[in-house]
Amino acid sequence: MNLLILVFIFVFSFSCFFFGKSQIKKIAAVNNFKTKALPHFYGFYLSLWCALPAILIVFLWTVFEPFIVKYLIISGLEQSSLADIDHDRLNLVYQKIKALYFGTYSGAASEQIQLGAKQYGSFLSMAQNAKIVLVFTAVIGFTLVAYKKITNNTHAREGVESIFKVVLILCSVVAVLTTAGIIFSLLIESIKFFSQINFFDFLFGLDWSPQKAFVRDTSIVLTASEKQELSNAFGAVPLFAGTGFIALIAMSVAVPIGLFSAIYLAEYAGSNLRKFGKPVIEVLAGIPTVVYGFFAALTVGPFIKSIGDTLGLDVSSESALAAGLVMGVMIIPFVSSLSDDVINAVPQSLREGSYALGATKSETIKQVVLPAALPGIIGSILLAVSRAIGETMIVVMAAGLAANLTINPLDSTTTITTQIVMILVGDQEFTSAKTQAAFALGLTLFVVTLILNFIALSVVNKYREKYD
Amino acid sequence: MTKEQRLQKRYSAEKRFKWYGIISICMALLFVALLVTKVLSEGTSAFVKSTIEIKLNFDQTALNLPEKPITEDLNAIDFYSFAIDQILKTYPTSNRDEEKELIKLFTTDFEFEVKDFFLANTNLLNQTVSFKITASSDLDQLHKGNYAKNISEDRRKISNYQLKIYDHFIQNNKITKVFNVYFFTNGDSRNPEIAGIGGAMLGSFFSILVCLIISFPIALLAAVYLEEFAPKNKFTDFIEININNLAAVPSIVFGLLGLGILLNVFELPRSTSLVGGITLALMTLPRIIIPCRASLKAVPPSIREAALAVGASKVQSVIHHVVPLAMPGTLSGTIIGLAQALGETAPLLLIGMVAFVVQVPANPLDPSASLPIQVYLWSESAERGFVEKTSATIMVLLGFLIIMNSIAVYARQKFEKKWI
Repeated sequence: MNLLILVFIFVFSFSCFFFGKSQIKKIAAVNNFKTKALPHFYGFYLSLWCALPAILIVFLWTVFEPFIVKYLIISGLEQSSLADIDHDRLNLVYQKIKALYFGTYSGAASEQIQLGAKQYGSFLSMAQNAKIVLVFTAVIGFTLVAYKKITNNTHAREGVESIFKVVLILCSVVAVLTTAGIIFSLLIESIKFFSQINFFDFLFGLDWSPQKAFVRDTSIVLTASEKQELSNAFGAVPLFAGTGFIALIAMSVAVPIGLFSAIYLAEYAGSNLRKFGKPVIEVLAGIPTVVYGFFAALTVGPFIKSIGDTLGLDVSSESALAAGLVMGVMIIPFVSSLSDDVINAVPQSLREGSYALGATKSETIKQVVLPAALPGIIGSILLAVSRAIGETMIVVMAAGLAANLTINPLDSTTTITTQIVMILVGDQEFTSAKTQAAFALGLTLFVVTLILNFIALSVVNKYREKYD
Repeated sequence: MTKEQRLQKRYSAEKRFKWYGIISICMALLFVALLVTKVLSEGTSAFVKSTIEIKLNFDQTALNLPEKPITEDLNAIDFYSFAIDQILKTYPTSNRDEEKELIKLFTTDFEFEVKDFFLANTNLLNQTVSFKITASSDLDQLHKGNYAKNISEDRRKISNYQLKIYDHFIQNNKITKVFNVYFFTNGDSRNPEIAGIGGAMLGSFFSILVCLIISFPIALLAAVYLEEFAPKNKFTDFIEININNLAAVPSIVFGLLGLGILLNVFELPRSTSLVGGITLALMTLPRIIIPCRASLKAVPPSIREAALAVGASKVQSVIHHVVPLAMPGTLSGTIIGLAQALGETAPLLLIGMVAFVVQVPANPLDPSASLPIQVYLWSESAERGFVEKTSATIMVLLGFLIIMNSIAVYARQKFEKKWI
């Protein structure tokens, strides 16, 4: 239905363009005046005023219609049933009504649900009729107003351009809305989570076993000791430790390799090697993370295990080392390409000054170039750390699931992102503390990476200003 | 220490330092090479499949057809028992168990292969033709040399009896390798021999299409606003900081956004490429805005001033001159952003695109997987037949990424104007 309405709007507004364009020429010829803008601006003016308000109405209507219908049905249910039922039950009944209406309901439907489905259908058709009437009125009304303005020889170009600017502003606000959406979706579930689980138990607890929350019926009121026990099941410290540990292994691979290749490419390599080497290292950043995960789980993991077995070590097949090593390789380009830029930005005069004092090239790099570039390098390392913390697929495929608090790299550990994926893939129950825990973890991840990025970006920017 | 010794020491430190750099670069290169060889060596065999040639005798009585068959009669044929009869003729069996083992060497879909072949060639009635039936995954792996034959029977997927049949087939040249069309046309399956990435490719295509339709116009217009029109004030700074930070937010957080807002609040259908596309679009948006702004910034101010000087308005100068000149840069930025979105897995996991989907999706509202998700799903499976398919899927995925990135690089080099 929406498609039909949109097609109508587009066809009408398209014809409005030509109508407006020809009309203004005619009017100008008849009344013998000079138009204030080129004729096609009048066409745009008319067609934009015809289409935009109507499309906005269709969009808003489509977004809000389900909420309003749901509200109407649920308030109807509340009135009809004498005993007060809680919110979750009402939601369930509403889902059943919807399923019955769309013919996907299985089993016998109660009278209440059948009645509800009938009501639901009538609300839907009512909404559709109202939408069509409203859209038609808007199209015709706005077109008439715009046409009136055209015949009065309005400033059509200014009109069109101000609409264009509004569209531009709306587009750039989308990024802000996305951030707001992220914060909103994370906060809503996290607040529910922290209403059940103590915030400090989550942040400082040492035991992570969220499956405990799954067996319990949500409607039962918990005693204080049960509540404490539940709270104790969501101690996120093992996850933080695992995430940090794997990130540390990754950084101990990525920082030396990335930094030394950046130094070599920037200071030693000839232009040919530079032209070839830089893109090849950046290829590492273009490989999808799932490929790294596959490599870590099926090649590096078993390889480390077989080496460990020959040395007589007890190696888990999902060791932190395998995930960390491969993640380190993935992060190399993030360290190297930014460091490379930063090293290149160090003014040549600093190097020449050092050479003039008799220093060798490596001494110049170690004692002059690197200290000068240090803030930028630290910024690039911080960005790489935030990458490592937020990386998902490698750890999901190669690191373990059990939350061990360990510093043995051959043991299996788990990370924040792994747990989010494990909790949310498959069936979810949105009232369960376990599901909400994933959002609380997501919020932690978001906040930590945000802080890291913010510091890194401001450090890098400050550094750029220094030498620009 | 003499002066010469000190100098010698400094020179060797210099040499060592240089070598650290060379070794680092070599290690990075080595890893790329290792990964590529691993994927290539494991994946190429998945593009061919083993088939077993059998004689099909489309005898009218065997097919239970009347004298002058019409279309309904043809559709009513019991191809299952017909195909089994034909299969059993390929090797002499003595009892039920042996028959079963023989049949297990063929794909579970043999019935449909015979049916499709016959219905496409009804003129073959009452004739005997040789036809290649897809072999089962176990026989396929045996033929490709991935199964060891010399271990004890209970540790093998193929029994001694089946090995005997296999040898018989080999002696009679019955087993041939052909190009595996199923791999590109079929959806997922529990049976490796008929599992394919057709569904995943279409799912990826639809999500990327949705992502392109949403993110490109919004990103371009946002970049135009920020570069050309935005006044220097707090609000503009706020938007800029927002975009820069959003570009560095971990992708899994966008999955949580898609789950929390798109699925739970707006109740869009789960597991569909529409939701996947919208989620990816929100993720790629800042990553496209940044190169778009860079390419707009690279257009020299003289172009704008010339347009303004001949009487164009600010909007006209931007639309008619600045944006077209910046187009190569914006397009290549968009393609690179889409390539990143194509390889993205984590956000799609959270919005339920990991479901086991056999049907090939027909539109963005059908449940589907995507290429990276297919890699993830198959890599979890222990069966040998899926291991080579995982690598082959990675090859296809990397192939698409290479093509997209080369187009981006080519477009930039070919069409971008160099301003002096």
